[in-house]
Parts: sequence; C-alpha cells; structure tokens
Amino acid sequence: MKAAIANAPQSKSSKKFLYARLHSLAGILPLGLFMAEHFYTNSMAMFGAEKYNEQIALLQSLPFLIGIEIVFIAIPLLFHAIYGLYLSFISNHNTASYKYTRNLTFFFQRISGVIIFVFVIYHVWSFRLSTAMTGTEVNYHLVSEHLQNPIIFAFYVAGIIATAYHLCNGLSTALITWGITIGKTSQKIALQVSMILFALMSALGVATLFSFI
Amino acid sequence: MIETKEKVLRFKIKRQNDLDAPSYWEEFHVPYRPNMNVISALMEIQRNPVNVNGEAVRAVVWDYNCLEEVCGACSMRINGKVRQACSALVDKLEQPITLEPMSTFPVEKDLVVNRERMFEDLKKIKGWIPIDGTYALDAGPNISSSEQQEAYKYSTCMTCGCCLEACPNVNSKSPFIGPQAMGQTKYFNMHPTGALKKEERMEVVIGDEGIANCGNSQNCVQVCPKEIPLTTALAELNQSANKYALTSWFRK
Ligand code: SF4
Ligand code: SF4
Ligand code: FES
Repeated sequence: MKAAIANAPQSKSSKKFLYARLHSLAGILPLGLFMAEHFYTNSMAMFGAEKYNEQIALLQSLPFLIGIEIVFIAIPLLFHAIYGLYLSFISNHNTASYKYTRNLTFFFQRISGVIIFVFVIYHVWSFRLSTAMTGTEVNYHLVSEHLQNPIIFAFYVAGIIATAYHLCNGLSTALITWGITIGKTSQKIALQVSMILFALMSALGVATLFSFI
Repeated sequence: MIETKEKVLRFKIKRQNDLDAPSYWEEFHVPYRPNMNVISALMEIQRNPVNVNGEAVRAVVWDYNCLEEVCGACSMRINGKVRQACSALVDKLEQPITLEPMSTFPVEKDLVVNRERMFEDLKKIKGWIPIDGTYALDAGPNISSSEQQEAYKYSTCMTCGCCLEACPNVNSKSPFIGPQAMGQTKYFNMHPTGALKKEERMEVVIGDEGIANCGNSQNCVQVCPKEIPLTTALAELNQSANKYALTSWFRK
C-alpha cells in the first residue's frame, strides 16, 4: 500500500537524470553487446568440445583482456546492477490490480534483474574469479562437469532466460527512454519484436546448456 | 442494458474518520434501481446510512461535482481499479462493489482525498501560458489545425489523479511528480507562447522529480479516463530532455 505524500522531497542539483541515462546506456552498449557475444561464443559448444575450447582460447588470447573486462564489463555491470536494484526497490508494484502487458513486463524486468544479480555473482565466481585464483583452465570439460548437477543446471536455465528477457525487454524500453519509439504503435511493435528476440535468445542459451551434458 | 438479477447491491467501503485515523471496512446494502452508478448508490447510503448489521452510522463522504467525467473530483478505487465514480455503472460491476480512496494522496475522510500535490506540481512545471506583460499580448502566432488537434487531447486533463494512483513509481519512496505533470509539460511546451518557458520546464523534467523516475510501465495511459496519450508525451519529453541535458552540459 502506498503511503500518502504531501510534500515530495526536492533537490536542485540532480544527478538522477544522468544516472538514469547512464544506466540505460550501460545496459545496451557494453552489456548488451557483450551478452550477444557471450551467448554466441558459448553456443559453439553445440559444435563440440574442440570448437568450444578453440573459441575460449581465442578470447583469452585478446591483448589487454583484463583492461577490457574491467572497463567494458565489470564497471558498467556493477553500475547497472546497483542502480537497477535501487530502481526496483522504489517502485510499488501493482500488477495485482493492473494486469496490463507493459505493467507485467515492467514487473518482470525487476524480477529478472534480481535473479540475474544473484546468478551473475555465482557465475562470475565459478568461471572467472575462482578459476583465476586457482589457475584452473576454463574449458568445455569444466563447464560440463559443473552442469552435471541438476540444481546448478536448473539455476543456469533460470539465469539464461532471465538475462535474455532483461536484455530484450530492456531494449524495447530503451527505445522509449531515448525518445525513438514515440507513438503507441511503434512502441507496441518494438515490444513484439523484442519478445521474438527474447524467445530466440532463450532458445539459443538453453540449447547451449544442453550441449554441455 | 445488462439485467442485474439482484434487487440489492452490496457495497464494501473502506472508511476513515479523519486524516491520519485508522481505516476500516464497512458494508452496505443499497436497493437496486436501473441505470444506477456508484455516485447514485453513495447518495442512497447518504440518505439512509445504515450498514449491513442494521446499525445507523455516519454517512459515507466522497467528492463529486460535474457528474459527467469532466471535473475529476470523484476518482476512487472501484473494485481495485482507479476510475471515476460518476461514470461507473453498477450494472457493469462485479459485486460486492468495493470502494477505496486513492492511496497516492492523503485521505481526508472516507473516500475524500487531497489532490493538492497535483496543483503544486503544475506550479513547478509552470503549467500556464505567460501573460504577465513581458510577452506580446496580441493574438499570438497561428497554430496549425493538426497541432490544435494534438494539443486538444492534453487540454482535457482534469487533474483527476488516476494516472498518479496507477503509476508504480509515484509513491512515498520516489520524488516523481508523475505522468499528469509530464503530459501538461508537453502541452504547454508545444504552445508557441507557452514555449517561452520551455527551458524552465525542462529543468524540472531533468531534475530529481522528473522523467528519470519513469519506468515505462505505461499504467498511466491505460487508466487515464480522458485517453490522453501520456506515454507519447513521456517519450517525446525523453527525447527533448536528452537533447536539453546534453546541450546545457556543453554550454557550461
Ligand atoms: S509509464 Fe512512467 S509515468 Fe506512466 S505509469 Fe509507468 S512509470 Fe508511471
Ligand atoms: S492525465 Fe488523465 S489520468 Fe492523469 S490527471 Fe489528467 S485526466 Fe487524470
Ligand atoms: S463528478 Fe466530475 S468526474 Fe465524476
């Protein structure tokens, strides 16, 4: 239940607008692009362990890899995640009274964000941080071993679907945030296209998971 | 007309004796008449304020004025959804009909809320055409008929509060002034004389209480009884806010 507000707080110099736009930008440019690359690279597992390991080795041989990872992935990801969590807590969700499509997609955007938050911490720890610390090589075998556990497998399915949804629905709302889709019809079509993308991306991700077991 | 079988209408009303007083539910039975709306049912309760237990109670109070969905005074949550009581025909409502005050605004008594914040927000966005003499007071520039048509939609806003009530991001945790003020910003910015205050309005739009708080849930446009294209106004404002923020940053 919402509490009534007589006088909303007001501040003159506001960084909120800047943060909100950076949040949207971070989600699309570095993170969205990285997700497209990540889903694609991992899908190489469908063509066998050798092809997959080749791709991983190729990426790992990139010069300035650590720098790229920090500047284009870690920093935007942390910012997007923390600001996004703040956003999800200041909304009063009311999908019980108002079951409109956009209100539901808005609600799922927050839910998926929270799922991804937990999932990414686990995922980055398992295949980037802990392996770097112990010097374990990341390859088809390691991932495959990991995914033998049905609970972890299910967690990955959830993480991948949530990520695909969050990116694709996020793209359709970013088009509004950046003032591109203005009218009702263009916004509706953008949402439909983004849902098709979501279906394709989820299918690719889940098929990739199955190719590891 | 849909025939209602029941001869009596059941109402469940969320009441509150005073500002800050705790709320409670009370039920009433109202004799059915054809073509009744929620207001005529409330008038019936006012005439004979006896609840389902047969107790004589304080009459239920609510706000109303025009009775034809143009003043915006009678907004309340009817069966969970915010709308105008005067245009809510009981034949089309599921029973028991629940009535609650809007929750985004301070509740003064029963179904009466204080919508003051929306008028304050209109002052913040300078929701007027300046005629203080610092601008030409003649007939002003012509406006094309397509622009007139577009502006007309926004001019029908009756400050009813439905959009603020349904917006997930207008609440006590967020400073957002909400979709009504955003729609009106677009409306006054598109008027050739109104546009003279555009920059001052854009400062509010990119401010703490501004458009950055919108999460594109688009409930506002769904519940607006005047069918104002609020989400189009929001997208347009997003576009001009981005431009405005960028150019004013480069001008620093
Ligand atoms: S689109 Fe924006 S203003 Fe409209 S209900 Fe959603 S969050 Fe509120
Ligand atoms: S924009 Fe629509 S819902 Fe919002 S206050 Fe105006 S008339 Fe009411
Ligand atoms: S009484 Fe004016 S809108 Fe209902």
